[in-house]
Amino acid sequence: MSTLPLFRRQKTTAAAKPLASADTNYSSQWRLMYLRFKKHKLARISLIILGLLYAVALFAQFIAPYDLQSYDSKYVNAPPMALRFVDADGKFHIKPFVYELKSTRDPETMRKMFVANKEKRYSLQMFVKGERYKFLGLIPTSTHMFGVEQPGRLFLLGTDGMGRDLFSRIVLGSQISLSIPLVGVGISFVIGLIIGGISGYFGGWIDSLIQRIIEIIRSFPTLPLWMALSAAIPPRIPVVTMYLYIVIIFSLIGWTDLARVVRGKFISLKNEDYVVAAKIAGVGNTKIIVKHLVPGFLSYLVVATTLAIPGMILGETAMSFLGLGIRSPATSWGVLLQEAQMIENVALYPWKLFPLGIVILTVLTYNFLGDGLRDAADPYKK
Amino acid sequence: MKKPILNVKNLNKDFQVKSKKTFFGKPSSVRVLSDISFELDEGETLSIVGESGSGKTTLGRCIVKGVSASSGDVVYHSESGESVDFLKLKGKGAKKFRKDIQMIFQDPYSSLSPRMSVYDIISEPLVANFKLNKSEIDAKVTDIAEKTGLNASYLKRYPHAFSGGQRQRIAIARALITQPRLIVCDEAVSALDVSIQAQIINLLKDLQEQYRITYIFISHDLSIVQNISDRVAVMHLGRIVEQASTDSLFGSPKHPYTEALMSAVPQPDPEQKKSRIILEGEVPNPANPPSGCHFHPRCAYRTDKCVQESPALREVGDRHYVACHYAEELNLKGVHDDAVNIS
Amino acid sequence: MTTQAIRAEQPLLSVQDLKIRIQMDNGEMRAVDGVDFEIKKGKTLGLVGESGCGKSLTSRAIISINPKECETSGTIIYRSEEEQTREELNLLSLDPNSKKIRSIRGRKIAMIFQEPMTAFSPMYTIGNQIMEAILIHRTKNKKEAKKIALEMLGKVGISDQEKRFDQYPHEFSGGMRQRAMISMALSCNPELLIADEPTTALDVTIQAQVLELMRSLQAEFGMAILLVTHDLGIIAQMCDEVAVMYLGKIVEQAPVKELFYNPKHPYTKGLLKSMPRLGGDKSKRLDSIEGSVPMPINMPPMCGFYERCSDRIEGVCNARSVPKTHISDDHMVRCFLYSDSREGDSI
Repeated sequence: MSTLPLFRRQKTTAAAKPLASADTNYSSQWRLMYLRFKKHKLARISLIILGLLYAVALFAQFIAPYDLQSYDSKYVNAPPMALRFVDADGKFHIKPFVYELKSTRDPETMRKMFVANKEKRYSLQMFVKGERYKFLGLIPTSTHMFGVEQPGRLFLLGTDGMGRDLFSRIVLGSQISLSIPLVGVGISFVIGLIIGGISGYFGGWIDSLIQRIIEIIRSFPTLPLWMALSAAIPPRIPVVTMYLYIVIIFSLIGWTDLARVVRGKFISLKNEDYVVAAKIAGVGNTKIIVKHLVPGFLSYLVVATTLAIPGMILGETAMSFLGLGIRSPATSWGVLLQEAQMIENVALYPWKLFPLGIVILTVLTYNFLGDGLRDAADPYKK
Repeated sequence: MKKPILNVKNLNKDFQVKSKKTFFGKPSSVRVLSDISFELDEGETLSIVGESGSGKTTLGRCIVKGVSASSGDVVYHSESGESVDFLKLKGKGAKKFRKDIQMIFQDPYSSLSPRMSVYDIISEPLVANFKLNKSEIDAKVTDIAEKTGLNASYLKRYPHAFSGGQRQRIAIARALITQPRLIVCDEAVSALDVSIQAQIINLLKDLQEQYRITYIFISHDLSIVQNISDRVAVMHLGRIVEQASTDSLFGSPKHPYTEALMSAVPQPDPEQKKSRIILEGEVPNPANPPSGCHFHPRCAYRTDKCVQESPALREVGDRHYVACHYAEELNLKGVHDDAVNIS
Repeated sequence: MTTQAIRAEQPLLSVQDLKIRIQMDNGEMRAVDGVDFEIKKGKTLGLVGESGCGKSLTSRAIISINPKECETSGTIIYRSEEEQTREELNLLSLDPNSKKIRSIRGRKIAMIFQEPMTAFSPMYTIGNQIMEAILIHRTKNKKEAKKIALEMLGKVGISDQEKRFDQYPHEFSGGMRQRAMISMALSCNPELLIADEPTTALDVTIQAQVLELMRSLQAEFGMAILLVTHDLGIIAQMCDEVAVMYLGKIVEQAPVKELFYNPKHPYTKGLLKSMPRLGGDKSKRLDSIEGSVPMPINMPPMCGFYERCSDRIEGVCNARSVPKTHISDDHMVRCFLYSDSREGDSI
């Protein structure tokens, strides 16, 4: 049978978009999924943004100009400073600079106010010396990515009620806020895979039992449950231990969803013709699971996992906001938002809502990413 | 000389159905296969025909152990003359005979894993059943691909690169690679377009001739069944109601259901607007089968006896079995060789 | 001639140069590529072809229910026979959501599908849904609508209509659902019934019932039928005229007997030969058509069947698009074997 190269032997219903193109004929599942994913613009952009966020979290100590706890009582509730290129005389500077902040009082309300002292310029400098820290937790150094010359201060996003730089705190807080959901989901993933797999594979009373347990766990309202569990955490414990406790609380609830996805896919795949065919061909059970079942639902599991992350981020933020999750001195975005609990704080110092913006950005990008992955998860569906 | 390859004896299959009425109700069971017995000789093709719900697919899957039968035996006579109950084989014995009985599925889209390359799909049964090195596997896969009309360059591709007909060839190659003696074809050509159907039927016939393969050909399409089979068993509601050689069954059917099935097939011949027998009503629900002969509500020849007594399958001619009280009296219409040939 | 007489000769529906294109990642797919046919009042036209040949898209284009991705061009002229609304309408020029097309869809042109489950909403009873169609198109009186609905259910052979009326689609068997769909389609007395693989999902014995039903209802109501199917047996039993489609084109069109006893196109011949038939010679191998249907993406102007054709003429069949040849008044074939000129058709 000779074929002209332009003819692809593909069966397709007319309205459906086929994957047809010469090279996809040789493409494996993951390659097809990548091709599908690439087409989802929003997901691609989201992936880039998330990449940046995580890079920032990884190098947080280096990027943040100040330490988590470094404060300056002179600058309590200072507004964000603008980076400028052109000074008051209209002169252009190649290096961006900030003016010194001078605190005054509003003559009528006697409220503390900050005005820029246009006499005093501090230009932005790269790789300045600052507080000591360990780069990536390993190399002791005092070099920060950027800052201004002493004795100037740089508050890109303003300061909080204790005079701490909000930008530094958001950057440093991202380490906890971005990693808790990842670790939590990771643990859920493993528990869900194992318990869901057992449930789907064995069926019968084991399945019924596991499903009932999942239903019971899921029937608890999550927020009070979190609150109850975190109330059980001893009040004075090291940051790392507290972190672990919080993660475990999240995964204890989070695995149920994933277990259901795994179980459902397991059962539907078990009855697929190609799995029956492998069974008839004499392929062993373990091999069927590893070669047919797991690759079949892994992509769905990745999607479910991705879509579970935003929930965890929001959960952590909510708990910390209520003072039940991460507690000072450790800092997460939720902890930062605690200051926004009071209405006058928000009204007078609106920059304290910046952490909220970051939370929204992260949740949205995760959702878009999950969307893109979901579209890609089954590249064979027309 | 005729040599038996398979004896199916009193095969039953019950499906558990959860009772709807009470929440904790005891599951009731529906008998989807009832007392199925037949013999199969080496190298022949036995077709099993029937409408949806007749149990023909379940029968096929029971034989290959895709689903487990509730009771009964499937005795397999191996090449070396051993006779084993295929259903009860375990461990080593299962490993030894498993590869002798293979299956081809209806839907070539769901029967091939989309995640494996064609090479991996075809070689999978080989890897599972034999200890072979890479070059031996290579040689076998290439050989079988050629025999089933697959271009060797296709082997690296994935199933989504192929049309239905070629996918079915891949499925056939997979079924053949362990050199089975019996292949169960479950509606193997029903999902294919007409022009492709003929290619696959011819391929199956050629392979049979070459390797002396025995087929159990499950189909609802009587035209194809007549073309491919040596013997035919007609199933209705989980029972075999008639079984005979193809010529005997199509020439002089003895069961009213067989007659009606044949009559219902629309012939590609505008002149032949024959007086069709149109069955009234629907296929009865297997969970609640009619009394007596299961076919009686739709049968034009029914009497009181049919309502009360269930007819047994009995021999009425040379290897012609039928389950009808009036098999001898009725003069049923078969197909005659009156199809007009097209130039 | 009086206008009456002229009208009588005119077909109910004429499709001219229908083209449906779909933009794919790797090019343009010409799913339907210049299809012309006519359906006469009270007659049955069969549209036969293999999967992907464009027969379903063609039939759906008539009532504008194809998805948005389908760029459709050409004309579909519909000539209503109703006294008060004598008009010639180009259905393709109407907005797919306009009031006009909606008044035609369901009322004058009805459609039944392969899978009747998709045609019914699982949330409402069968009776409710049939009544709804009647209430939209025929009468505003609920009692009367119910009466008509019950009558229609009886006509399609559903016994115990009163009880069936209040049942939900899932309580019906496949054959019953198909009957209910036919009764819904015919409840407004359409002039044209489009049946897209109406019996493919059914068992043979039920298929025979449904086909018989369609035939008797056609005799009673006098509607025209466009029957879309892949089954030549059904075509032979049901149709007056047949159009064979391959790769988006009608390759042969003729009255049913002419097509079955005097086929011209190699594809039609191949199809008829490759079909196993009851009573056929068993020992003979089936004649099959080699190869498989190519994808109509970025196809150059040539015969789509070229690759699989045993009578192909190199340098002719694969060099230009094939013009129509009229063997007789009503027998058209698209094949160079019967063409006087070897010149290509203008695209």
